[in-house]
Amino acid sequence: MSGSLLVQDARTVRRNAAERRFRLYGLMAICLAMAALVWLLLSIFSQGLPAFRQTFLTFPVTLDAAVLDKAGNRNPAEMAEVTTIGYGKHLARALSADIAARGIDVGPLSSKDLAGMLSEQSAATLRDMVLADPGLIDTTLTFQALANGRIDGYFKGRVTMDSAAKDKNTSPEKLALADRLRDAGVLTLGFNAGFLTLPDASDKRPEAAGLGIAILGSLYMMVVVLALALPIGVGAAVYLEEFAPRNTFTDLIEVNIANLAAVPSIVYGILGLAVFINFGGLPRSAPIVGGLVLTLMTLPRIIIPTRAALKAVPPSIRDAALGIGASRLQTVTHHVLPLAMPGILTGTIIGLAQALGESAPLLLIGMVAFVRDFPSLSPEGLFDPAAALPVQIYNWTQRGDPGFVERASGAIIVLLAFLMVMNAVAIWLRRKYERRW
Amino acid sequence: MKDNRLESRVHSDTTKPDTNKIEARKVQVFYGDNHALKDVDVDVLDKTVTAFIGPSGCGKSTFLRCLNRMNDTIPTCRVEGLIRMDSEDIYDARVDPVQLRAKVGMVFQKPNPFPKSIYDNVAYGPKIHGLTRNKAELDEIVETAIRRAALWNEVKDRLHSPGTGLSGGQQQRLCIARAIATSPEVLLMDEPCSALDPIATAQVEELIDELRAQFSVVIVTHSMQQAARVSQRTAFFHLGSLVEYGETGQIFTNPRDPRTESYITGRIG
Repeated sequence: MSGSLLVQDARTVRRNAAERRFRLYGLMAICLAMAALVWLLLSIFSQGLPAFRQTFLTFPVTLDAAVLDKAGNRNPAEMAEVTTIGYGKHLARALSADIAARGIDVGPLSSKDLAGMLSEQSAATLRDMVLADPGLIDTTLTFQALANGRIDGYFKGRVTMDSAAKDKNTSPEKLALADRLRDAGVLTLGFNAGFLTLPDASDKRPEAAGLGIAILGSLYMMVVVLALALPIGVGAAVYLEEFAPRNTFTDLIEVNIANLAAVPSIVYGILGLAVFINFGGLPRSAPIVGGLVLTLMTLPRIIIPTRAALKAVPPSIRDAALGIGASRLQTVTHHVLPLAMPGILTGTIIGLAQALGESAPLLLIGMVAFVRDFPSLSPEGLFDPAAALPVQIYNWTQRGDPGFVERASGAIIVLLAFLMVMNAVAIWLRRKYERRW
Repeated sequence: MKDNRLESRVHSDTTKPDTNKIEARKVQVFYGDNHALKDVDVDVLDKTVTAFIGPSGCGKSTFLRCLNRMNDTIPTCRVEGLIRMDSEDIYDARVDPVQLRAKVGMVFQKPNPFPKSIYDNVAYGPKIHGLTRNKAELDEIVETAIRRAALWNEVKDRLHSPGTGLSGGQQQRLCIARAIATSPEVLLMDEPCSALDPIATAQVEELIDELRAQFSVVIVTHSMQQAARVSQRTAFFHLGSLVEYGETGQIFTNPRDPRTESYITGRIG
């Protein structure tokens, strides 16, 4: 080879060009991925963040005994004869009285139109309050009523004067009045705690729909998954890795565990429906069944990283412990498991996070049902019907009212927040227990 | 338990100075179909340093690991023949290898302290074997073991810092301290100095010589100089067979087998 080092020969030029092209492809791939992520997050947050704010109408309500407790004996059983519709009318009268007292012009709107500015859920809420505490009768309380979904949408930019003109559920006059009420301080936009605590609501009341039962149901299922999948998964992994003989049978088990991790989750749903509900007689829509199905799904996803973590512990540590006269169990519990713990915990939390976001198997075991009653907090609550976060999201995207788009996106934000917290915990645990040897 | 063992050892020492601690007869080792060790007969004497030398892959480490049944942990490994310690067959079905390993300590080629404190490393053996009744006794055992491993002056102020933070030579001496803390009767060392620098090697060799007063030491080494320096008896292995076994001086100055001579003069290896 001859030639100056200061001049690149043709071969070097080609090689350098190939490397530059490769770098460019890599950079483009990263940019595309980042753009997709940013676009996704922007879309979710722009649509979902309004779910965390809610429009309320605050006005005094006098709970007239003459209307709400005609018998006058404060007996909830008899007071229950006044239906939600009765409370709705009473609430509308109180609102129109307050508006009149403030001297606000209602324009052409009737009392019925004013009632339409409130959520149908408000009357039910007031009724529940009164029936729970009959002592409220004949007192005046300042009631914070949910505004109707259209009014709420107006302040969040979802509803405009133009769209209201074509909408039989609201009218530009109502929106104009809502603007005046806001100026008067009757109508306020505040943090929506109910989104995290209230149960789901029916199709016409997106403003009242909350994630309370879904969060509780998901929490119950995670408790079941953690309580079952962690000990069973880690136990199985430790046995297979440290104690089991290597033969065709254990090879077969190993291949099957790897395959189970790749089985579509809906298959686990069918299995759960057949085994736990049809054969085992467990109730439908119950977190216990959801938890059991998700446990089956999570087991291989815990066993595989646990085995990897155990494999990663240097054999010299096992030799050291065995050489000193520790039994195999002592070697595992005193030395191998503590060293493998960061990997095991990371695997477990990522397995749990996957289970938390899983919806397909839950659809099959009936967790898609409309549930208004909270499951009890005692262990029996595991057998009460409940919802789950991902299924609730799926459910809300099926609803007609545009208010549910905002709710579904808000629920995705809640789910993402849970997942991020779990992943952060996984990273923190790994950092905390990571040791060098 | 510990005291009894010490007494009996002192007793046997005075009556029969050259007793066999371990007798191995016709030992065969197979890894699957591979016949790794053929017909090995070795007697390890009490309170003696025995060196196993030979080229790589000759089976000396394999034989060493037979003596405390560490080969049991390799699934494909099969050991045949007779190995007796104090006239008891250590491969008898009634023998629990865990009990055997408490009597036959082992130091490995690569220093492998537990990722725990220096104190916990040494205290681990006595703890799991229940050798102490209280913390003060344990402290004493730990201190004695570290002193005997010639490590005390370097670590006495940082017993609770991690054992993995020590230098290579210190780590290996810590592993020796850990092995002798359980008061074994035989100490097996598998190339204990191969990862150490010359100074640390000299320290460990000096230590081996001191340990001879209490235990039988069996050391596998690649270095013939080391074998000549520390051992009283030497066994030369070649291609899975024991070629020659005898007094170290005789092996190095007047080998009977031509293969031994070739090896120690550097012609095969």
